Amino acid sequence: MKNLLRINSTPMLIFLSILIPTGNFYIHWRIFLFFRDTELNSLLLAVLAVLWGVVGVYTIYLSFNWVVEKYSDRLKKGILPFVFIGPAVILLGWLLVLPTVRTIYLSFLDAQSVHFVGLANYVAVFTDRLLVSTLRNNLLWVAFGATLSVAFGLLIAILADRSSYERIAKSIIFMPMAISLVAAGVIWKFIYYFQPGDQQVGLLNAIMLAFGGEPQAWTSMLQPWNNLFLIVILIWMQTGFAMVIFSASIKGVPDQMLEAARVDGANEVRIFFSIIIPYISSTILAVTTTIVVFTLKIFDIVMVMTGGQYDTEVVATQFYRQFFMYRNFGYGSTLAIVLLIAVIPVIIFNLRQFRK
Amino acid sequence: MKKKEKKRSKWLVNTVLGIISIIWLIPTLGLFISSFRPATDILQTGWWTIFPHRAWETTVELELSKDVDLRQPIEIDGTSYTDEELRKGIKINDQRLIWENRRARIVNVQDKVWNMNTDFTLENYMSVLTGKEYSIMQPDGSVRVEKGSDLSQAFWNTVAVSIPGTIIPILIASFAAYAFAWMNFPGRRVMFVIIIALLVVPLQVALIPVLKDYTALGLNGSLLGIWLAHTAFGLPLITYFMYNYISQLPRDIFESAYIDGASNFSIFSRLVLPLSVPALASISIFQFLWVWNDYLVALVFIGSQPDVQVLSMKIADLVGSRGSDWHLLTSAAFISMLMPLTVFFLLQKYFVKGLLGGSIKG
Repeated sequence: MKNLLRINSTPMLIFLSILIPTGNFYIHWRIFLFFRDTELNSLLLAVLAVLWGVVGVYTIYLSFNWVVEKYSDRLKKGILPFVFIGPAVILLGWLLVLPTVRTIYLSFLDAQSVHFVGLANYVAVFTDRLLVSTLRNNLLWVAFGATLSVAFGLLIAILADRSSYERIAKSIIFMPMAISLVAAGVIWKFIYYFQPGDQQVGLLNAIMLAFGGEPQAWTSMLQPWNNLFLIVILIWMQTGFAMVIFSASIKGVPDQMLEAARVDGANEVRIFFSIIIPYISSTILAVTTTIVVFTLKIFDIVMVMTGGQYDTEVVATQFYRQFFMYRNFGYGSTLAIVLLIAVIPVIIFNLRQFRK
Repeated sequence: MKKKEKKRSKWLVNTVLGIISIIWLIPTLGLFISSFRPATDILQTGWWTIFPHRAWETTVELELSKDVDLRQPIEIDGTSYTDEELRKGIKINDQRLIWENRRARIVNVQDKVWNMNTDFTLENYMSVLTGKEYSIMQPDGSVRVEKGSDLSQAFWNTVAVSIPGTIIPILIASFAAYAFAWMNFPGRRVMFVIIIALLVVPLQVALIPVLKDYTALGLNGSLLGIWLAHTAFGLPLITYFMYNYISQLPRDIFESAYIDGASNFSIFSRLVLPLSVPALASISIFQFLWVWNDYLVALVFIGSQPDVQVLSMKIADLVGSRGSDWHLLTSAAFISMLMPLTVFFLLQKYFVKGLLGGSIKG
């Protein structure tokens, strides 16, 4: 009997191995219920929630590790790695891998996810007028938004490298990165703001007036050019990202190479195209793919600026509309999968990089 | 000669960069200035009028007789003008004539004078933070009373979402990264490759099925639900980033600790975590900003429950429902930017490092 209660005995270990997971589950479930039903003040709630979230995760690892440490060495060696990667694998599997498979499956079903419709959703996505213009807009976003962000980023990185106030200029251009897309939407809505008459409080229309032009409703009336005015916001935000990374890799270009070229009489433009660009080409590729992926998923800007009206819908907003407003799960899933297909080349590229 | 040319090109570079910087700064500056201006001013004059500028200012009001026919040329001081001209304002010498009130037949005589709108107020911030009531004078003279939106709850909700939404995935990812880097187990390589592949999977793909699961489990609109979502969506990048760092720590320290009888867990929490502080700092800033600024995930998993809504949703709502209440929008947007901008300016160095670590190795 005494032997049985020893903490290292097999029955005790089995008991603990069951107790720890169930105990963890029970405690966190109770806390979850407490948070769901509580009427506490929001500040206090925030503090408690932060405590729960942070301490909770750590204690889960701690308690599981404690049990596994009691196992025999061979067993421990086999099980411990799975304690370490377990939560990551479970969460990724449940919330990312499985959903992807399920979404692919849903994309072959009809709006209510009941009947199998084959490729009908895909045909609709590529033929329905509304959906086709959605795809066209996404292309516009990638073609203009991503390209110009990269180009401006490169240009500014080069300029900043040669200027006398590099740090402050870089901070200013990088700053929009920290702002949410929603707040950026507000900022630019104010710039594009239009009201009839010659009293304009929107900056762009005031400039138009000052130069004798007519005020315009930039984001609504000028279809399809209004898309470009939304894309400007993305460029404003993403150029900083591209610039910072280009700037770091431009500094990695060996000085001797630049000096040698200058001695040979190459001018700065020539040096830029024949030395710097080839030298940082892999960085350019990496930055471009990152921005392209980001741009493909663009959602917040369009949602805040136009709500997808005036022919500015993109795949992500159309997906949201199909799913939450029209309750068309078939179209919704198909649009998500179209996004996924669009980034597959990027996945392959990423994996290749990893193999290196 | 050469030196002179160099100086000139440096000057050119500085000017071009200066202009670009100013263009980049103006949008945020405009928002910032507007957020301190009284509600009526925002709607009537541009934010740039707080700087000295020349503007028309009324010196005299001329009252014409009530029975002036607007369809006929209107005579003022011996010259006649059309109604159209007076509506747009007509210049004579240095003065301008414009209708003050067409129906009452009052014409303004205006001079161009140097002017600055220096009315500033904290009212907008007050009304946004506490939901205070305020009244707005409408263009037609009537007064409209409105209740400001209360953002303080949304602010604390955002804190409650963001801090665990940053720390949980980083802890989980670091454990996993340690295992991938320094432990041997079957399927290690395959699992790691899958995580790399997940780096670019658009999270839209996951939303519908996850939402169905959440609805079934009652996780919708709960903190736990949104933490788990942010954790899963952030995990691939953070794991990859932490793996790059942890796998490059020197092997010797692990071996000597292991020989001294330290368990993997204590090696991880006593050695690896403290040694990884620079990497942890940069990736947590990145994840924090991402969660704080997120709109889509919150929109889908928090939904319409007002007591758990985060800042980005509130502001998006404001844009939708009060699209032209700029005094509310500008101050609310600036409040939401306060935290990320503070983090950004204080920890810029780490933020940049985080970006660099994510895209170029090393």
